[in-house]
Amino acid sequence: MTNGLIGKKLGMTQVYDAEGRLIPVTVIEAGPCRVAQVKTRDRHGYEAVQLTFEEVPERKLTRAELGHLKTVQVAPSRQLKEFKKVGDAQVGQVIRTDLFQKGERVDVEGISKGKGFQGVMKRHHYRGGPETHGSMFHRAPGSIGSSSFPSRVWKNKTLPGQMGNVRVTVQGLRVVEARPDENLLFVSGAVPGATGGVVVVRRSKKGSKG
Amino acid sequence: MNRLEQIQRSLTKKTVPPFEIGDTVRVHAKVVEGEKERVQVFEGVVIGRKGARNSETFTVRKISFGVGVERIFPVHSPIISRIDVVRQGKVRRAKLYYLREKKGKMARVGDREFTQESKAPAAGPKGQVGGQADTEVTPEEAVPAG
Repeated sequence: MTNGLIGKKLGMTQVYDAEGRLIPVTVIEAGPCRVAQVKTRDRHGYEAVQLTFEEVPERKLTRAELGHLKTVQVAPSRQLKEFKKVGDAQVGQVIRTDLFQKGERVDVEGISKGKGFQGVMKRHHYRGGPETHGSMFHRAPGSIGSSSFPSRVWKNKTLPGQMGNVRVTVQGLRVVEARPDENLLFVSGAVPGATGGVVVVRRSKKGSKG
Repeated sequence: MNRLEQIQRSLTKKTVPPFEIGDTVRVHAKVVEGEKERVQVFEGVVIGRKGARNSETFTVRKISFGVGVERIFPVHSPIISRIDVVRQGKVRRAKLYYLREKKGKMARVGDREFTQESKAPAAGPKGQVGGQADTEVTPEEAVPAG
């Protein structure tokens, strides 16, 4: 078994809990993930389980990718990711959403929506200047540092640039429901990325308390 | 989006009593007061339905002690145990927000005759509800409007 699996974000909706409260959830179509490779300390230097997700036609893959999957008899698949090994794992084993119980906490990783090249107001929540009253200072960053000392811009100075389209992990989301027969996972709150994006769901790093 | 719609349909109630905009309804909602749980009845005119599938809501408006009160209920919420259609109204609009500015006689919705196209299985008459139900509205949920 592993500590997580790969899935696809289907979008958000809402469900009622036992007390009738409304909870916003993200629906993730997670798994079935097949184990393509088990990495061992002897051979690879560390222990891990490589999972595949989503079958694709054979013509979509390169020969190298096909060769790797064929030696282990796993259907052609584009998504390959490594997970921590938990207990025993066999090549060809299938991981489903019954990996998670209701109420458990998970971390979800995805590629956030790309926002393009953005200014400091949107990217770093600068306040900007007045729009009117003769102001000629609107959305610019303003001063980016002192003069003769340090005679350079400090490292990590927040400036305009590419926003979004980076790997983002949201920690501690609660599993509201798991439907292993339909490969569905309902996770409380929002998950990075657009609908249809590939996400990785892992058992929470910070534990399942609270 | 299709897959998500299917999932959203699976989250709806199996049967929702058919009621339309302009109908006068009695909504039986569960209320938790400390330890006890009781059913509260809210009777008024449905002035709009909003949303789709599992997130659909409807707004019920009534005049309580001369003050207009509106309450928004989710159609598929488990706290709603029952919806009775008391009267069917004849309206030509999907949202009856104009009722908020009207007073007295003008704020009424005309009756619609029960025809075969009205899917409601003959409105539940008054007095069908158990004794513990009352039409009192607690301040938090009462949204004064109009």
